Amino acid sequence: MARDALTGTRIRERRAMGGLKQSDLAKQIGISASYLNLIEHNRRRIGGKLLLDIAAALDVEPTVLSEGAEAALIAALQEAAQRARLPEEESARAEEFAGRFPGWAEALAAAHRKIADLQRMVETLSDRLAHDPELAASVHEVLSTAASIRSTASILAEDKSITAEWRDRFHANIDADSRRLAHSSKALVGFLDAETGEAAPSGSPQEEVAAFLAGHAQALETLEGGDAEADRLVTTATELASAQSRHLARTILDRMVQDSARVGLSDLKDALSSHGPDVITLAGHFGVSVPHIMRRLAAVQQLDAGLVVADRAGSLLFRKDTDGFAIPRHGAACPLWPLFQVMGQPGQVIRARVEMPTRDNAVFDCYAAAEQVGPAILNAPPLLEATMLILPAPDTPGARDVPMEQVGPACHICPRSGCRGRREPSILSDGFGGF
Amino acid sequence: MGKHVLLVEDEINIIEAIQFLLSREGWKVDTHSDGATAVETVRTMKPDLVVLDYMLPGKNGIDILTELRADPEFARLPILMLTARGQGRDRELAERAGVSRFMSKPFSNTEVMTAVRDLVQLAQ
Repeated sequence: MARDALTGTRIRERRAMGGLKQSDLAKQIGISASYLNLIEHNRRRIGGKLLLDIAAALDVEPTVLSEGAEAALIAALQEAAQRARLPEEESARAEEFAGRFPGWAEALAAAHRKIADLQRMVETLSDRLAHDPELAASVHEVLSTAASIRSTASILAEDKSITAEWRDRFHANIDADSRRLAHSSKALVGFLDAETGEAAPSGSPQEEVAAFLAGHAQALETLEGGDAEADRLVTTATELASAQSRHLARTILDRMVQDSARVGLSDLKDALSSHGPDVITLAGHFGVSVPHIMRRLAAVQQLDAGLVVADRAGSLLFRKDTDGFAIPRHGAACPLWPLFQVMGQPGQVIRARVEMPTRDNAVFDCYAAAEQVGPAILNAPPLLEATMLILPAPDTPGARDVPMEQVGPACHICPRSGCRGRREPSILSDGFGGF
Repeated sequence: MGKHVLLVEDEINIIEAIQFLLSREGWKVDTHSDGATAVETVRTMKPDLVVLDYMLPGKNGIDILTELRADPEFARLPILMLTARGQGRDRELAERAGVSRFMSKPFSNTEVMTAVRDLVQLAQ
């Protein structure tokens, strides 16, 4: 039902909220009660002076009656309905609900937005806690040292016949372990504090590089200054706090400089306008490999594309996020990504439409291809690198009508149940069902 | 002389504490700190019981356990695993690999000694 078609419903609700009888309101604005009744049941369209009179009588802005609740509120309610798996006919009544119960609707929408924010935070923290090697090492250090102190202290407390030599030795061990525990505890607390601080450093070198790439998207689109520009970006980047992250960033920028030397931005944009993001045609147009053109397309800001590069062991060597396609920061990604299908067929190009389990089930067109990297060595298997370009699917009516692979970010933060690719339980409750 | 225990652990102060406890009760204790050569050391020493850390340099405790269980000679060897990774998933992995007893750090001395005595007694 159209939004303005519910003006009558909103008038009825506002009148009821004010404790005003239908006949009293009708009298006040100079129309019959039966005509107001028709208006309130949306059987007569209303506008102009009559709407202004009713709004004045109800002491509300006319737009509150004519336009109803804000579009964002309606959208949030519809999302909440989908999340709760309400039937389609219930979801379609979101505006009616917002019009009839504006206070409750605002509260429900706010709660829904809060839940979504918290879920994103849980996913991020869980990803970190489950797979961060720094955290695992830190916890292991604390527990091992605590074990040593506990065991040694118990011996000293319980064994009265212990020799002086052993006693001195154990005292020295406890002293050393307590210092070690103090240090490792501080490191652990510092790590966890950094997780919750808004301006905290990102932690791992890979995350520092990800923050650097996200913060310099415009400069990286062209890299017109070549090596000198890459040098300047890396040395002045506040995101790159460690030598390791600066090294990683420089390696990535070196490749970007090489890529952009053969595929310039303005030429690429021209070719894009002629051919669209058809990676095979574009690669042929520029005489470069398909992964090369994918990397260049990922740098074009207007495409809002994501990119993932992985080696044959499944390690993600490069990641560029795009909204809705979650790429895990640590640990293995979803094995159903087209990225991993091309490992067995270097040179083959796969195009697949995939759906992510986001709140709105975001859909993407993924192109993936693998190629050999490094020199060929006699009798040695080639080193392979797979690249996947992630393009938001066009928002057209038929976008979901083509065959789609249901993928996820990584098992531990994926809510899909009964998934053929699941390797470990998910912290999101739905995921346990299929494991 | 009591039974022979091989302690595979890389934390030197934990080694000293457990070695002291076991020796005090008359056990013969050998120690080993390298995961990569631990299986070979067990094959050579043929201890009555192994106290095995989960996180070791070179090879982790689960892999060592799996290799030992694949050898018929050590399929029933009592193995007590100590770990600072006490999550359910790790315990499950250890149990699947055939651990005799699984204990999380920080443990109590009494727990360790009771487990060692029980395991050796059960194996007899």
